[in-house]
Amino acid sequence: MTAATAGTDTGLRKQSLWSRLTDRWVVKLILIVIVIAWLVPTLGVLISSFRPAGLVNATGWWVVFANLGSNEWTLQNYSDVLSSEGFGNAFLNSLAVTIPSTVIPITIAAFAAYAFAWMEFPGRQWIFVSVIALLVIPLQMALIPLLKLYTTIGLNGTFPAIWLAHTGFGLPLAIYLLRNYIGSLPASLMESAHIDGATHFEIFTKLVVPLSVPVLASFAIFQFLWVWNDLLVALVFLGGEPDVRVITLALRDLNGSRGSQWHLLTAGAFITMALPLAVFLGLQRYFVRGLTAGSVKG
Amino acid sequence: MSVVVPIAAALGLYWSGIVLLDEDSNRVVVVAAALVIGVLGVFGLYYGMDWLINRLPESYRQKVRPFAFVGPAIVVLAVFLVYPTVNTVFLSFLDAGGEEFVGIDNYVNLLTQSDALLALRNSFAWVIVVPLFSVVIGLGFAVLSDRLGSKSEAFSKTFIFMPMAISFVGASIVWRFIYNFRPEGFGEQIGLLNGIWQAVGLEPVAWLLQEPWNNLFLMVILIWLQTGFAMVILSAAIKSVPEEIIEAARIDGASEFKVFSRVVVPSISSSIVVVATTVIITVWKVFDIVFVMTGGKFGTTVVAEKMVTEFFTFRNSGKGAALAVVLLVAVIPLMIVNVKRFRDQEATR
Repeated sequence: MTAATAGTDTGLRKQSLWSRLTDRWVVKLILIVIVIAWLVPTLGVLISSFRPAGLVNATGWWVVFANLGSNEWTLQNYSDVLSSEGFGNAFLNSLAVTIPSTVIPITIAAFAAYAFAWMEFPGRQWIFVSVIALLVIPLQMALIPLLKLYTTIGLNGTFPAIWLAHTGFGLPLAIYLLRNYIGSLPASLMESAHIDGATHFEIFTKLVVPLSVPVLASFAIFQFLWVWNDLLVALVFLGGEPDVRVITLALRDLNGSRGSQWHLLTAGAFITMALPLAVFLGLQRYFVRGLTAGSVKG
Repeated sequence: MSVVVPIAAALGLYWSGIVLLDEDSNRVVVVAAALVIGVLGVFGLYYGMDWLINRLPESYRQKVRPFAFVGPAIVVLAVFLVYPTVNTVFLSFLDAGGEEFVGIDNYVNLLTQSDALLALRNSFAWVIVVPLFSVVIGLGFAVLSDRLGSKSEAFSKTFIFMPMAISFVGASIVWRFIYNFRPEGFGEQIGLLNGIWQAVGLEPVAWLLQEPWNNLFLMVILIWLQTGFAMVILSAAIKSVPEEIIEAARIDGASEFKVFSRVVVPSISSSIVVVATTVIITVWKVFDIVFVMTGGKFGTTVVAEKMVTEFFTFRNSGKGAALAVVLLVAVIPLMIVNVKRFRDQEATR
């Protein structure tokens, strides 16, 4: 039996040695072509952002490869965009929008997720089902009424207005992901903590939160990227005034006012990408884990 | 200690409030104050509620505590999702100013006006083309890179995945640079596509003005952004297909392509459905790319972008709301599927 299997196995190998070898090269070639196609757009922007203004607007960025070594490089584009085009300010505003818009929904969702998983209260089941139903509501549905509400109470154009909007839009997914995770923690752990006389609040802060760090991290990265990269919510609730506008709006404005000045546009684009790319590359593992937990399941 | 922390937090919040309200403050200080308020505020809320509950009579504590935990979430969901959704549906039956009842006029308008119909047609095209290419390329890349060593696999996947961190606005600028066109007499072509076009001896083209192909050029941007997502999910699914089944098929003499199409694809079909629907939802709501690239001109308008223009540019809340309802109606089946799937999961628990 074993000999027979081994025999066919080697036979198979001999037969297809040549085709396997070419296969491997074909596979590599296809992969390399796709990787290059995916990388080149960003590469062009990165290279252009370091070229002097005159050159960016005169020749294609790919000519730098023709005369490697004799190229001129500059940081002027970045300093122009950061100061006179207001990207420095916009970067700070984006931080002021993004950090609370990430922390607030996670905190609210974690408490709610714990309650849905481990506390008894009337309506628990159907409230959670409603949360699931809310998962797919397009945020466009909320724009007009919320803007009217904010205008009535004078909250429009302030940071809390946009924090709360992002909290509302991110909350269903956060509750759903966190409840799945927190609900899967061992029940015996909770019981023994109760026997030791711990309150729900203590169990939550001292036991559940530390154990949930992986899922909290992966949702945090999600929400951070989503809020940092958002244009629509910021445009509607925070507006384009130079003192409050976020970085995606600054880039949109730059595109409108200096749409043909590619030395500024490329530097601006790269400034908006720098932080999310760093977060993403640094915490990729958590991000992937969150993605797969969120969608492969079920 | 237990007294110092709340007092310090309260003082911090008070100071931040003063700074935020003072319009002449330095930007860095304002941002710091905003962070203090936003972050400390939410923690303070829960600590405050817990403090209050602990001072309630014993018999009430158990009943009230769950609502301190879920209460804020329910309030936020009610105010920021449920109420607006109901209100938007209501507004879609009112006139431009949101005052007079006009019945289904806004919807009739959508189905008779040529630009609204164009938006619908384009959105349908987006919803078919983008998920199709994202899933096919993502799946192909996942399968092929699976054959590399684990290090080069992870390395090559990072490049496909990377655009996921880039904003739609940023991606739009990146691709505007690719599609850049200069009419004759305005200098050399600096857009990559026209550079390549000229290198093979063709005349430069104003890509974004070529109706209806310009829609396709905009879709490429979203395919570029979404393929990484499809690849990651599908790659994880492929790796969970049991090795024995694949080996068994190989020993039976199935070609690699047959193994892929008859064994691997059927066993990951549920993941493919999940990825496709997730991408469809994203595509259906796409706004930024069209808004930044063409502003909806040159025949590129889509429903989500048209909704924003109707409301914010033309100040027509009735039509804007009707377009938002169109976005909602299309996802209702998904809502039902999600709830059903959850119910089934709970039943089997």
